[in-house]
Amino acid sequence: MAVITIDKVSRWFGNVVAVNDVTMTIGPGITGLLGPNGAGKSTLIHMMSGFLAPSSGAVTLDGVPIWRNQQVYRQIGLVPEKESMYDYLTGWEFVLANAELHGLADPGAAARRALALVEMEYAQERQTGTYSKGMKQRVKMASALVHDPAVLLLDEPFNGMDPRQRLQLMELLRRFGADGRTVLFSSHILEEVEQLARHIEVVVAGRHAASGDFREIRRLMTDRPHRYLVRSSDDRRLASALIADGSTAGIELDAKALPEGGSAAGALRIEAIDFQRFTTLLPKVAREAGIRLYTVSPADESLESVFSYLVSS
Amino acid sequence: MNTTVARLTARGLFGRRRVLILLAVPVLLLVISVIARNSDLDKLELAHSILGNLALGTLVPITGLIVGTGVIATEIEDGSIVYLLAKPLPRWQIVTTKLAVAIGATWLLAALPTYVAGLIVYGTADNLALGYALGTVVAGTAYSALFLLLGVVTRHAVIAGLAYALIWESLIGNYVEGARTLSVQQWGLSVTQAIAADGTVTAPVGLTTAVWLLIVAAVGATALASVKLSGLTLNGEE
Repeated sequence: MAVITIDKVSRWFGNVVAVNDVTMTIGPGITGLLGPNGAGKSTLIHMMSGFLAPSSGAVTLDGVPIWRNQQVYRQIGLVPEKESMYDYLTGWEFVLANAELHGLADPGAAARRALALVEMEYAQERQTGTYSKGMKQRVKMASALVHDPAVLLLDEPFNGMDPRQRLQLMELLRRFGADGRTVLFSSHILEEVEQLARHIEVVVAGRHAASGDFREIRRLMTDRPHRYLVRSSDDRRLASALIADGSTAGIELDAKALPEGGSAAGALRIEAIDFQRFTTLLPKVAREAGIRLYTVSPADESLESVFSYLVSS
Repeated sequence: MNTTVARLTARGLFGRRRVLILLAVPVLLLVISVIARNSDLDKLELAHSILGNLALGTLVPITGLIVGTGVIATEIEDGSIVYLLAKPLPRWQIVTTKLAVAIGATWLLAALPTYVAGLIVYGTADNLALGYALGTVVAGTAYSALFLLLGVVTRHAVIAGLAYALIWESLIGNYVEGARTLSVQQWGLSVTQAIAADGTVTAPVGLTTAVWLLIVAAVGATALASVKLSGLTLNGEE
């Protein structure tokens, strides 16, 4: 059992607070660290991997402080976000060097096993400088896995990967999670985290905004006022029909909204409080009233707005 | 010493375009020596200019700078140092291994060419060539350690090192009496004086002082670099 504990941790850089009083426990299985860019995910991962000291609070692995403790690397495998990795080495040389640096009894066998795990044997004789982003990511994974660590930390591992590589990596991480290893990865994409992580920790603006399994997080994120921009053949009549139902909290008739493609002159700005019900209500009401819907678009689906809602609640 | 760290460091150092600059300077020194050998000027004076000013005063600090920062600053800069640091390796071992590579490279690229240049210009007379060669050996060692430390503590190691080499060593160290005691170049010269025939080389710093200061500088820089490396933090992207 390898457990990383983050206890009342803050980290500031000069006047900027990157992580603000965060407490969380990362245990076996896959945990997703979710948050928009600049939320403090990398700062947290740097502290968990011993590359940054907390300004206050403690980051420990099974009760032992991680900062300035090289022995923790016997248990931790780190996949950094940066791509530079001794470009002049071949994939094989790179992973082998990592195995040797760990002082493993049979570094050659460990390197072979790690490269096989990430299915990179076919390109192991090529210099890593010639690799694609996905290939680099996999060789970085191999270097982090070479000593069979109990904890695997990955900083934005899916960045720049194509869908096939993404699925492959997810499959690999799932296997590690199933093995009882502690796997933590960061991402700013909810769908990514949802597909993979059993447990999700959400950080926004340096603060721990939410924690739970993906269903809880999804519910938190969908049970909030949703804003829509709707264009139709008769905005005014549609508005009156919609406001009669309890799922809408407010409708604004905007006559000046610029139409997309010039098909309609105005638009409705609708705030729905019951997301599920509104999505079934809208087409039904429109059909019954004989109104044509030209545009139905969510006005605030950016992750940032979802997150800011979570933080304010 | 860690052979893997040494291998990675040496390949990084010599495997890049940097090696061309590293080779260009000693080659230039040898070319100048050949030209000087065929001139009618006083050979002892020429030897002092070439071996003292050019080799010990310029070639050694420049090589020490490129090599000392090159063995670690580049990796810190591009972030690949993570792969060395995320290992259960004592930090002093990483630093001393990298230092050993840097020192070896400085000897090969600065001390050896200095010796050859000395032989070309002055032959084996007065032990002058050997004296300057050993002077560059000890100065190169100290420079390697100092510049390696600089590579760990600042992201602008090359500029800081250049400023140090040009302003302190070349300008102040050459002209201000008191500052000479704290100049690597002068320490090297003290060693040269001790080996060369009496009266051929004058060094302002006594040998004992020079040797002690050399040891303190090299060992101190290495120890400090080890401490700094174990507290190395990664800058986030955010």
